[in-house]
Amino acid sequence: MDHINKQIINMLQKGFPICDSPYQVVAEQIGLTESDLLERIKLLLETGVLSRFGPLYHAEQMGGALTLAAIKAPKQRFDQIAKIVNNFPEVAHNYERNHELNMWFVIATDVPERLTQVIEEIEKKIELPVYNMPKINEYFVGLKLEA
Amino acid sequence: MDKIDRQIITATQAGLPLTPQPYQTIADQLGISAEIVMQRLSSMQKQKIIRRIGVVPNHYRLGYNFNGMTVWNIADEHIDKMGKKVGQLDFVSHCYHRPRHEPEWHYNLFAMVHSKTETGVKQQISAIAELLGDYNLGHNVLYSTRILKKTGLRIDSKNV
Repeated sequence: MDHINKQIINMLQKGFPICDSPYQVVAEQIGLTESDLLERIKLLLETGVLSRFGPLYHAEQMGGALTLAAIKAPKQRFDQIAKIVNNFPEVAHNYERNHELNMWFVIATDVPERLTQVIEEIEKKIELPVYNMPKINEYFVGLKLEA
Repeated sequence: MDKIDRQIITATQAGLPLTPQPYQTIADQLGISAEIVMQRLSSMQKQKIIRRIGVVPNHYRLGYNFNGMTVWNIADEHIDKMGKKVGQLDFVSHCYHRPRHEPEWHYNLFAMVHSKTETGVKQQISAIAELLGDYNLGHNVLYSTRILKKTGLRIDSKNV
């Protein structure tokens, strides 16, 4: 990836302006034309370098709920458990990780009560405890790219 | 949050239009003025309903192939102070205080780190350990060995 794209990503991580022609404002700061900037953002999205560009909404502030949860899945049952967990539409991401707690997933629900329900339903189906680790405090979300 | 806010949220959930005047584009879709769209977005930002208007990068696509979930055991009375410090490090993308699950899980500070090399990620972990000093009562690093599910983000399906 070239230097300009890195600059674009770093700029866009800081917060996009709210004004009539915001791309023009950002383009000027980077030294690009507005249409060049738009073209580059389009390409970064199309190639999957960027997952998303736009307002990043706070699930909790919108009345929803979000948590990180983990399971100690025995090796011989791992795939079966993954299938059960993934079947819940509320499970957004699920990763296998190298630890005794070897399955880590994010649950996102429209209302907080549903979160507890999903956890209980998973526990009932897999007959194992789900370790619920909702955030108590957030210190940072974002990433600055190396120049 | 009222009906107009919710309409704006629905209209922008997939992303901001890539048009020279994106707020005007949203306004045209909803049949309201661009001023109202901008006012509402600013106000939702102030209320923290919107974290920020910006990008979500795909770490793997950016060449960051070593993504570790570092977890630390910090005394509760020091966690806010130390969490803020760790969150300020350049290579930390997410930093949270989460509950312990004793006796199996005594880590309460989570920091995601990203590097292009294995050496790089090890240096980052050492840097966090050094920053925490005696406040660190134990730590671990969990790497993802397989993506079992990834949805919710529009573009992700292309990357699986």
